[in-house]
Amino acid sequence: MLKSFRIGGIHPKENKLSAGRAIQPIAVPAQVIIPLSQHIGAPCQPVVKKGDKVKVGTLIGKSVGFVSSQIHSSVSGTVLKIDKALDASGYKRDAVYIKVEEDEWEETIDRSESLVSESAFTPKEILEKIAAAGIVGMGGATFPTHVKLTPPPGTKAEVLIINAVECEPYLTSDHQLMMEKSDEILVGITLVMKALNVQRAIIGIENNKKDAVALFTQKAKAYPGIAVEALKMQYPQGGEKQLIDALIRRQVPSGALPISVGAVVQNVGTIFAIYEAVQKNKPLVERVVTVTGKEVQRPCNLRARIGIPLTTLIEAAGGLPESTGKVICGGPMMGKALASVDVPVTKGTSGILIVPSPEAKRKAMNDCIRCGKCVEVCPMGLNPTLLMTLTEYGVWDKAEKNAITDCIECGSCSYTCPANRPLLDYIRLGKGKVNGIIRARKN
Amino acid sequence: MEQKLIVSPSPHIHSGDTIQKNMYAVLIALIPAFLVALYTFRLDALLITVLSVLFCVGFEYLIVRFIQKKEPTVLDGSAIITGVLLAFNVPSNLPVWILALGALFAIGVVKLSFGGLGNNIFNPAIAGRIFLLISFPAQMTTWPMPATAAAATDAVSSATVLGALKHSPEALPAIQEMFLGFEPGSMGEVSAAALLLGLIYLLWKKVITWHIPVTILATVALFTGILYLFDPIPLYDPLIHLFSGGLMLGAVFMATDYVTSPFTKKGMMIYGVGIGLITVAIRLWGAYPEGTSFAILLMNAFTPLINNYTKPKRFGEVVKHG
Repeated sequence: MLKSFRIGGIHPKENKLSAGRAIQPIAVPAQVIIPLSQHIGAPCQPVVKKGDKVKVGTLIGKSVGFVSSQIHSSVSGTVLKIDKALDASGYKRDAVYIKVEEDEWEETIDRSESLVSESAFTPKEILEKIAAAGIVGMGGATFPTHVKLTPPPGTKAEVLIINAVECEPYLTSDHQLMMEKSDEILVGITLVMKALNVQRAIIGIENNKKDAVALFTQKAKAYPGIAVEALKMQYPQGGEKQLIDALIRRQVPSGALPISVGAVVQNVGTIFAIYEAVQKNKPLVERVVTVTGKEVQRPCNLRARIGIPLTTLIEAAGGLPESTGKVICGGPMMGKALASVDVPVTKGTSGILIVPSPEAKRKAMNDCIRCGKCVEVCPMGLNPTLLMTLTEYGVWDKAEKNAITDCIECGSCSYTCPANRPLLDYIRLGKGKVNGIIRARKN
Repeated sequence: MEQKLIVSPSPHIHSGDTIQKNMYAVLIALIPAFLVALYTFRLDALLITVLSVLFCVGFEYLIVRFIQKKEPTVLDGSAIITGVLLAFNVPSNLPVWILALGALFAIGVVKLSFGGLGNNIFNPAIAGRIFLLISFPAQMTTWPMPATAAAATDAVSSATVLGALKHSPEALPAIQEMFLGFEPGSMGEVSAAALLLGLIYLLWKKVITWHIPVTILATVALFTGILYLFDPIPLYDPLIHLFSGGLMLGAVFMATDYVTSPFTKKGMMIYGVGIGLITVAIRLWGAYPEGTSFAILLMNAFTPLINNYTKPKRFGEVVKHG
């Protein structure tokens, strides 16, 4: 029996249309817009000004504060301006506009394809290089990686968990990266194990990617301490707490971090970026993005520089179909619907999903028939319909008592509800309110 | 050219499950029992079922449309189910005006006055049956002989198995007849076999889980089985209890009503055990020969309380409490 997490879960149709499509680099357009806030935490301070020449890898945004992450230029050229630009969040935020000229890279970056498996860096040096390269969680959460790899005092990591689950339907960027960069990823894992001083790492892969399971099982034999585990397909297995439960049968308590059960989780794409940062001196300036959708001409996996407009990527996949009703940045379960496709690729852009018009609209909502299906599927063991009602009526103390803040916003409840109730919309609202109340109480 | 894009919060896909799909699956699951009813009680069964559905759907439409002044949603299937279940719960020779009253009570009072589908505390069909049983005890307990019985020609009334069990145990039909449904009784209740087929369909289609029906049946079997071990008389025979009266219909189709049963697996099992215990208690020691409907009605009332005390097991709780 394949392992999986033990509470709730759903199994949406996978629709991995771009599976097996080799990663194609995409040409850089005449201008890129690089947002100064691509991560959770404080936005960067720009360190370039209008007219400055930059190369690929030149630092353009300096992180301020502990939870923040450096930003580098992904192209060579001239800084046009620093101005507000619409990004995938739907807000206009500070960004660096760069006019592209040539493709010149910083000399320190090793651009060769050769594998560098030896590393003499100390744990501290590895962490510094990760911080300097501006690496963030690339599964979509975009939490600064060097912070995550620095366990708070008094805690000790025991096991490194590699999130190669990719449980969101449609997305294939991690899968394809694993098939093409397995050696680099395994070296990356050893680097992180060293940085954390752990002897054990487990790569969790959902069993719909049998080729990746086989490849890594075979290759990991050469790396002591690294194990590969095929997992039963179940959403949201890529949720940090769910993956830890699936792999090591420990449940992170409410409100606590994975380190409280001795685990640190890293996305497989992040691991590849760490390899490039440490072994190749390459900052995070590009990433793999899946462009997909039922009516997209050529669903594909693209290697795109940060700051390229999504329209360029969509063109590469055959353009926006006539029938388009919705464009999602990320997967269909947790991705964000975009108001405009004229926004740049950022460090957290794992995919662009184009949904045809009829499917893009929600169906009318009915009264709750108390079937309990939302309770059954909730991976956090919550009662979504109760939380929705409590939010509707503003009963915040009860919502807090019923652990509304535990919600990971996976959307399994709304997905399942036969009455089409927007359970997660309400819970998100209530969660925000309750979190605000809790913060106010602490102050 | 800028296309207008739809912006809505995640998730952006849906399972495609609907209230209608669940309701119509229940109706499909009721077909075997309906066929047995047709075979056993002939045209009367058809007439009562059709009329009961028409009454329930009609009353719902009229009340929602003209009293509540809202858009009627009769096609969601729930009123049709109430109609079929109410028909299954009455003798096939029940006077039509009594049936109409039962439908009006079930739909008008039990369902719509509480706010309609999803908001009712009691299962409408169960409450409708009990309303009729208390108001018209004579008509509700005069069962026609099954058309399949040898001396069926013009026999108009006969005792049910449970009635016989209490008063004249020598008149019991064979257990396989009870299982197949060729005994006197309310028209949809008689065939345990047909109802079990329905249960298998509902489980297969994932409309319900096993927790409620299985705990009810197991509780009844266990409770009577223990008594039977000490005193092996027909009154305590677990097989007779399982295959007679409204137990099977109640356990599979009425107790599992989403609206009036608990959310969580643990809650469902407490609810099932409660129904089983009350059913046996009424059957053995109560004034009525049959207790399933009362048991379900009582446990319906306990559902909010059960929901309150059986919170789902939260993620991380295992760790917290050791």
